[in-house]
Amino acid sequence: MSQESMSIFSPQVAARFDALVKKYPVRRSALVPMLLYAQDEIGYLSDAVIAEVAERIGITELEVRNVASYYSMLRFKPAGKYNVQVCTNISCMLRGAYDLYECFQEELGIGHKGVTADGMFSLEEVECIGACCWAPAIQVNYDFHDDLTPQHITGILETYRGRASAEGSVR
Amino acid sequence: MPKLAFHPDEVKVVSKRFGQGAANIDRYIELGGYAAAKKCLAQGPEWIIEEMKASSLRGRGGAGFPTGLKWSFVPKQSPRPKYVLINGDESEPGTCKDHLIFLHDPHAVIEGTIIAGLAIGAKLGFIYLRGEYRYLLTIMEKAVADAYAKGFLGKGIFGSETEFQIITQTGAGAYEVGEESALMESLEGKRGVPRIKPPFPAVVGLYGGPTVINNAETIASVPHVIEMGGAAFASIGSPRNGGTRLFSISGHVQRPGVYELPMGYNLHKMIYEIAGGIRGGRKLKAVVPGGSSTPVLLPEEIENLGMDFDQVGKAGSMLGSGGVVVIDDQTCIVEFALRTISFYQHESCGWCIPCREGTDWLKKSLTRFHAGYGVTQDIDNIQYLAENMMGRTFCPLGDAAAMPTLGFVKKFRKEFEEHLNGKPCPFAKHIELAVI
Repeated sequence: MSQESMSIFSPQVAARFDALVKKYPVRRSALVPMLLYAQDEIGYLSDAVIAEVAERIGITELEVRNVASYYSMLRFKPAGKYNVQVCTNISCMLRGAYDLYECFQEELGIGHKGVTADGMFSLEEVECIGACCWAPAIQVNYDFHDDLTPQHITGILETYRGRASAEGSVR
Repeated sequence: MPKLAFHPDEVKVVSKRFGQGAANIDRYIELGGYAAAKKCLAQGPEWIIEEMKASSLRGRGGAGFPTGLKWSFVPKQSPRPKYVLINGDESEPGTCKDHLIFLHDPHAVIEGTIIAGLAIGAKLGFIYLRGEYRYLLTIMEKAVADAYAKGFLGKGIFGSETEFQIITQTGAGAYEVGEESALMESLEGKRGVPRIKPPFPAVVGLYGGPTVINNAETIASVPHVIEMGGAAFASIGSPRNGGTRLFSISGHVQRPGVYELPMGYNLHKMIYEIAGGIRGGRKLKAVVPGGSSTPVLLPEEIENLGMDFDQVGKAGSMLGSGGVVVIDDQTCIVEFALRTISFYQHESCGWCIPCREGTDWLKKSLTRFHAGYGVTQDIDNIQYLAENMMGRTFCPLGDAAAMPTLGFVKKFRKEFEEHLNGKPCPFAKHIELAVI
């Protein structure tokens, strides 16, 4: 396929997508995972991502957008390098999630779906993430952090800042 | 990593391999794993379904439908391929049990899926995990690859000529996809909007083929049913409610956690002994017994309440997904109701008008109410709205939003009245008035 040469994805992800469309009895079943993995690499569902995914699945861009807009984890705008998702649903709320969420807002200086000026962090209030017995819990990208108090916030953010600068020095 | 909870009263069946390193396939086999699947391969589908029926195992996702009966509905002969679909889209607020199953015992899910496949004559199974569970998907994918490498999955499983394949799948954030027909839509690469039933999935399901859809905990229970025998499994629980259940106990308790207890275990004991009672020396105000969609129970209603589908149903609520959310006396029920309905408003897929509009209006009313701008008539209006959502939607999300709201209004009417006419909330400060 000509896609390989003109793909916007890295060769690894492109190869993964080549395999993904062959995995199911029906090609279109690859759509939701492909969108999520595409977002993991590119950061959001850009027009170019939508176009390539549509071509790979063999459906229109409109159909891709129609599906993508349904799922809360998929986004059409860039988030921070580390997307902080604070669950405030009932079990987390009962154990102080709103205090935690407020502290994250103050610490980062942004609100719901905001992105810090340096692009390092974004913040989101999210629905139940399935960590109710270890509440309050958050996810930073896909990492869970549970049983939190506002005292943990600085340490968590520092960890990710450290990770980013370590990656930077490697490059 | 989430902490494992322990209590001597627990009866460990589904969780017996938790913390034992069973995500490793060799360790899983060492702990007796895959023996049940081999036995089922030798015994055949009718035997499996009889054992499942004898076990009284009922669906752990929330509906509580008997698993053996569900499997028996799949036609023996079908022109289209049959499928097994495992629902690991765990999203019911208050529920985090499948999280631990995928983390600690992924092969039990695979083994249960194989057994379901053998029972209904399917050659392909899907294990669908919610998108947020990426690290668990990685664990599941590794487990599936290991099972293929051992020859437990593939063209000829366990050296037989029977084929069974498994495909893992990720969602991308949608509570509604936990509803079985929306789950199939999502797996087909579409918006997670429910389908009209009938036809039921056992007849026309995924890709139009007969499909059995089971919750992850249900399917992880299956190898244990086979291992100990249906009758023995049934004898652990209460009548018509076989086995144990992973109860996710959260909220204002001393020791929140996922505890495995026999079906029918007393709820009062669960809160005060298993989970150590209410934290900070406070008093119990209310309990949500089975995830956010189940109507709230008062302290006096739980004294003698056995936690099984029938008894909780008789008490006017539901066992649901087994998510026990414990609320202390310093909590504002109006705020709790508002947070609950906000969730359903966010998650409504928008197809059915009573759900789309109902959740939205309920959220607006409760937001205004909690901020102190409510009037007396609002309480009746909230009840009227919720009552008119009940039974008027294609999928259970409408009911799931209406039922808890009705429970809060009926059981805590006095507390709603305390918020009237500009009085500030006596408890909370958190949810601010949105501009309506």
